[in-house]
Amino acid sequence: MNALAQTPTPEVPLLAVRDLHKSYGARIGCTDVSFDLWPGEVMGIVGESGSGKSTLLSCLAGHLTADAGQVIYDGRTTGPRDVLTLSEPERRMLNRTEWAYVHQNPRDGLRMGVSAGGNVGERLMAVGARHYGAIRSTASDWLGRVEIDANRIDDRPSAFSGGMQQRLQIARNLVTGPRLIFMDEPTGGLDVSVQARLLDLLRGLVREMGLSAIIVTHDLAVVRLLADRLMVMKSGRVIEQGLTDQVLDDPQHAYTQLLVSSVLQV
Amino acid sequence: MTAIAQTPTETDAYNFAYLDEQTKRMIRRAILKGVAIPGYQVPFASREMPMPYGWGTGGVQVTAACLVPEDRLKVIDQGADDTTNAVSIRRFFQRTAGVAVTENTPEATVIQTRHRIPETPLTEGQILVYQVPIPEPLRFLEPRETETRRMHALEDYGLMHVKLYEDIARHGQIATSYDYPVKVEGRYVMDPSPIPKFDNPKMSDNAAIQLFGAGREQRIYALPPYTKVVSLDFEDHPFVASKADHPCGLCGSTDSYLDEVIMDDQGGRMFVCSDTNYCSTRREAGHIGAMAAPAPAQPQERRAE
Repeated sequence: MNALAQTPTPEVPLLAVRDLHKSYGARIGCTDVSFDLWPGEVMGIVGESGSGKSTLLSCLAGHLTADAGQVIYDGRTTGPRDVLTLSEPERRMLNRTEWAYVHQNPRDGLRMGVSAGGNVGERLMAVGARHYGAIRSTASDWLGRVEIDANRIDDRPSAFSGGMQQRLQIARNLVTGPRLIFMDEPTGGLDVSVQARLLDLLRGLVREMGLSAIIVTHDLAVVRLLADRLMVMKSGRVIEQGLTDQVLDDPQHAYTQLLVSSVLQV
Repeated sequence: MTAIAQTPTETDAYNFAYLDEQTKRMIRRAILKGVAIPGYQVPFASREMPMPYGWGTGGVQVTAACLVPEDRLKVIDQGADDTTNAVSIRRFFQRTAGVAVTENTPEATVIQTRHRIPETPLTEGQILVYQVPIPEPLRFLEPRETETRRMHALEDYGLMHVKLYEDIARHGQIATSYDYPVKVEGRYVMDPSPIPKFDNPKMSDNAAIQLFGAGREQRIYALPPYTKVVSLDFEDHPFVASKADHPCGLCGSTDSYLDEVIMDDQGGRMFVCSDTNYCSTRREAGHIGAMAAPAPAQPQERRAE
């Protein structure tokens, strides 16, 4: 380790999680979670409902306060520091510049009363963009990148289909060029053909922008397609982690074996 | 207390200026805090006033807490001294405080206003009290009060520009024509109460103290004299203090804010100053608008006789 640290370009993980613990009263939300996420890596978290996936993601993203542990994020300008101890303004700044969070339900992540262009532009304006023309052209560029027709820019998200809303949410999050994106069931509630397009789009964007991502899902097909590495959770604990193909093709833990064998084959 | 003994009013049973002294103390503390932090909304325990919410209960409480017996009060409603709201509030303070009243802007020491700033520039020592219906500029963008307060605390004002963005996207320009959000001394985003945006530049660097009272929402905020107030805008869509592009029909003024008055069913209309005192002062000084009746000339003729 020391030898590594002394090399001229010491590579540190983008996100290093150590012994993260969160409990709801006597019940465990998630416990003993430790992992490293490297730049450009996509990590999947799978498990059944109530296994602590979403709790873990919320703790990482700062939506919930973790009870113990460290989440060390390697900021662009600040270098590695524990985000759990950041002040509220610093965390908000991080949330709208270097991080992104895609909610399962686009209604949670979008402003439904604001046009698509306004939704995409909000993060830009929050970090100080004050030129209407520039904001609008960036917004329309991003709508194009998530395959929303540019003439829908002044429509409200409520006039969009579920798949379009989810794509709009992704555009809104990626517009400030984040490095780390948290996704909570990004394909939940979408039909399979829309899911496939969304996954294709996400895979393209993640590769193209060199994003790191943490994807929480119960859909093994999603992680197979997107994730480099996989973490399996049960009852708030990580029971198995490794390369996606390795975990899915050769599951070691009994629960993982159950999970993999439960997938319906068409 | 002695003031009442010296100038008996219709209803001597009231404390001077209606409110009890403890309430005034509480409101004055809120005002002082507001003046110390320009643009910050100070919560206060708003009292029931003998008028419905929306009629200026906040402004009345602030005025009551500021009044001293020597004051000369002016009350305007949309610029006019003679509309229902202005008349009833003026009469209220005549009865409960026995203070002198005036319609003349430069003579007044306290001016309570609904939705306008007088055209005549205010001077040092004057107090301008605004009636505010909704003090929170972020209210219609973010419904949660806890969240808006946090946004103010963290200076998280990106959302305010989203509103202006939506205006331009929908109307091609910033269509917000009143209640136009401003930033105070580079810190707090403030709701200027529903004054036309034409009046926004007058708030900045004003010699008078400007106090804002919202009775139902229980907030007081303030601008001390000579505070810098900037209207929010985009670089390529700058703020414009717009008004109807006409001269006043009565006094011919081209630089005052105008009301449009429908004259008949054939599309006849005229534009008149919304500030009635400004308009009549100009007419007395001999400025006659295109649609003015020769009425102002008659008294002069009579005087000549």
